[in-house]
Amino acid sequence: MTAATAAPGTPEVLIRTPAEIRRSRYLGFTYLFLAALVLLLFYRWSVDLGNFTFKLARPTDPSAPDLTLSAGRTTLIVGAVLAVLGGIQLSRGFGKATNIVLGVGLTLFIFAFLAWATAQSSLGQFSFVGMMNQTIVRSAPITLGALAGVMSERVAVINIAIEGQLLAGAFVAVVVASPLTQTDQALILGAPLGNWIGVGAAILTGMLLAWVLAVLAIRYVVDQIIVGVVITIFVGGMTAFLALRWLADNPQLNQAPIFKAIEIPLLTKIPFFGPVLFKHNIFVLGSFVFVALLTILLFRTRWGLRARAVGEHPAAADTLGVNVYRTRYLNVILGGAIAGFGGAFFTLGSVGRFDENMTNGRGFIGLAAMIFGRWHPIGAMAAGLVFGFADAMAQTLGILQTGVPSEFLGMAPFIATILVVAGLVGKARPPAADGQPYIKQ
Amino acid sequence: MATLELKGITKRFPGVLANDQVDLKVSSGEILGLLGENGAGKTTLMNILYGLYNADEGEIIIDGEVKTFNGPGDAIAAGIGMVHQHFMLVPVFSVTENVVLGVEPTKGAGGFLDIAKAKQDVRQISKEYGLEVDPDAIIEDIPVGIQQRVEIIKVLFRHAEFLIFDEPTAVLTPQEVEEFFGILNGLKDSGKAIIFITHKLKEVLEVCDRIAVLRRGAMVGEATPEATNEEGLAEMMVGRPVELVVDKAKSTPGDPVLEVTDLIVLDDRDHPAVEGISFTVHAGEIVGVAGVQGNGQTELVESLTGLRSVASGSVMIRGTDVTHATPRQIHEHSVAHVPEDRQRSGLVMPFTITENIVLDGYYDEPYSAGIKMDWKAARKKAEELVEQYDVRTPGTEIPASSLSGGNQQKVIVAREFGRDVKLVIASQPTRGIDVGSIEYIHERIVEERDEGSALLIVSTELDEVMALSDRILVMFDGRIVAEYEGGTVTAAEIGLSMAGAS
Repeated sequence: MTAATAAPGTPEVLIRTPAEIRRSRYLGFTYLFLAALVLLLFYRWSVDLGNFTFKLARPTDPSAPDLTLSAGRTTLIVGAVLAVLGGIQLSRGFGKATNIVLGVGLTLFIFAFLAWATAQSSLGQFSFVGMMNQTIVRSAPITLGALAGVMSERVAVINIAIEGQLLAGAFVAVVVASPLTQTDQALILGAPLGNWIGVGAAILTGMLLAWVLAVLAIRYVVDQIIVGVVITIFVGGMTAFLALRWLADNPQLNQAPIFKAIEIPLLTKIPFFGPVLFKHNIFVLGSFVFVALLTILLFRTRWGLRARAVGEHPAAADTLGVNVYRTRYLNVILGGAIAGFGGAFFTLGSVGRFDENMTNGRGFIGLAAMIFGRWHPIGAMAAGLVFGFADAMAQTLGILQTGVPSEFLGMAPFIATILVVAGLVGKARPPAADGQPYIKQ
Repeated sequence: MATLELKGITKRFPGVLANDQVDLKVSSGEILGLLGENGAGKTTLMNILYGLYNADEGEIIIDGEVKTFNGPGDAIAAGIGMVHQHFMLVPVFSVTENVVLGVEPTKGAGGFLDIAKAKQDVRQISKEYGLEVDPDAIIEDIPVGIQQRVEIIKVLFRHAEFLIFDEPTAVLTPQEVEEFFGILNGLKDSGKAIIFITHKLKEVLEVCDRIAVLRRGAMVGEATPEATNEEGLAEMMVGRPVELVVDKAKSTPGDPVLEVTDLIVLDDRDHPAVEGISFTVHAGEIVGVAGVQGNGQTELVESLTGLRSVASGSVMIRGTDVTHATPRQIHEHSVAHVPEDRQRSGLVMPFTITENIVLDGYYDEPYSAGIKMDWKAARKKAEELVEQYDVRTPGTEIPASSLSGGNQQKVIVAREFGRDVKLVIASQPTRGIDVGSIEYIHERIVEERDEGSALLIVSTELDEVMALSDRILVMFDGRIVAEYEGGTVTAAEIGLSMAGAS
């Protein structure tokens, strides 16, 4: 309030609250810690190793030159830059650029790590383009799950049933698509018609589960966390049972073609970025579309304004004639549709068959992505990409054989994520009425 | 000319007759004051008019036509606009977004918001009625007075002819109240019909053309400001003559009891809410703390009573350092605490009166021996205090939640004052209770003083602070910005300090 009343013309005084000062200090020491890691470990290990190579194109991709650098020099420079960043952060800070600088710093750190890991490997190189492509692929279901959460929590209904919605979508998609694709069919956007019907069925399943959540949470005011957990456990048990007792005896019901990557004219021909960003199946491309669509819907349309009002202050929306209950039902169910679509990815977009508990917690990671993304579709995608990257990098490190058990290396990105989120991102603010049922007087 | 008429409105809630055959009429270019105590049925009546409740009997007539409202949407369409006591604004939305919510201008197909047009409309109304406001400001960043303007613009944007204001001055500083009255008169002059709901006598006398008084759900009479005065209105409201002025002798301050030095306290978000204040309260003196809500009073009281940790500075009670003492340690220094929110922190609502009475001493003689409670002793104490403090209740074994606000407050005062007390820290001691109970609690406070206790009274009701205090401290933005001798200062002077002017 005081900042807003500052007289015009007076130079803006940077008011730093204790929390901000603490965060700034935490950041500064984080940079110094990372710099020490890079200089004392990566640099020392890689100084005698020679060069490393990041491949920016695979044989089938549009050609792009390789990136070859000296591992010793790279780690030394990165370490020095991180130390300087830490010094600046501690002495005067970066003001509004703080978060951007943080992103750059973390990227540099990971780059130095990969430089060493590649240089020490007997391969001496790895497919950077492949890793980035996998990052996007693996982020898609997480992003879609997070978007389902955004839809629901923006109208203040907590949906922790996303995991269940994904799993149910995965199951139904393949069970519907398999019998319909026994014969050869023309491909529509990378898959036969039967697959599309499977996706449709998955979407309906997601909506049905969302409707159950909505009725219990909105009409019967049951605790939303409990409803979400119950739905997830129910779907987990049910699909496991059916997979074991039914699909095991009818393998023809659990065998569908998968959606192939789509060649988008021009875009997929761009060196490096084409294969990384655009050469994907409809689920990955769909996640991009949904992010854009939801961002526009939530922040540029009448519907979005009302939905957000319902999530922030339902009583205010109600007194202005906005139907709180209808808005909540609609959003929760649309969120379920997105989750169902995301669920189909696990079977029809990936392996073409259903396995027990194959979503493996992605729905919960999606929820985390929603929170780190501050309940914004674009933030949700950014967070989804971080998790996707962690996944893809763990896979890469397995190939490079770093000598450190791959399980530990796989953990590193998650630990980095936890550090970043716990201390650096700052406190995210959920919709004010999140999780509170609205009871009309 | 538009007229709005309520005829024979009756509304029953389980066990309560909230409105009993109420008639009311208001026309364009007129301000009608609707006066009544808390719980008299004002808000129920207005919620019926705004379509939030359905009346059991009676009709709403607008320009001679009988209307039925099935929701606020219908009421809005009929030209009724309401400015709620607790603002119905989305804190993270901009002024413009709040104004247009529900009736958004859009462009093209697909319902895309036309924010440019919306802003234009807000500016237009803002100019036409002299309600200055920045259309792009975010609600949570602007002061309450401006938020109220946004509420008014919201109502005007929906072309309301009948404007209802529910306790609009409760959250405003005296200067903001004056400004608000200016706005009210402006609206009246431009032909709007206004219903102004309040329990403040001075305000209806100042601004209303006619005054209707509700008591226990029924309309007990009407008056004009010319033909009545505060005493007359209070009598209509309460049903018996009321003493409006606190009768007290000059104070004779003794030794310092509470000494606060350079106190800094952080709020829940770790921002300093109290920024280095120092003051002393002596035995036999009432020190009042005035200020608009949210200027650090809550945090001050919480830190003095041990409910919130002190970031720096010191608090001494009768010579002992209690800066980091627990609430119980402070309690055992003979400190009474009447908390700000009686239902949240003053009482355990489902507990009986007896249980609430012994909450502060249940762990010790005479209420417990070893691990066993002596309920007989507890009940005896409760019965004594209920009698002595005039709590109107059928018995001591009923839950606190079934008492009226005034009687709940009396239970707290009874518990806190009903033992040997040297220091009283009372926050909003009479918020939202009836005039009769206010009168009673004020008497007790003065009595405590005359018995030699030190009292710190924090209140956002300026009249209350002025009536009770021997010394007045004004808090603004976490600091004490002014100090006055009681009885030597006007409301306008204090009001300026409350707004931060020095």
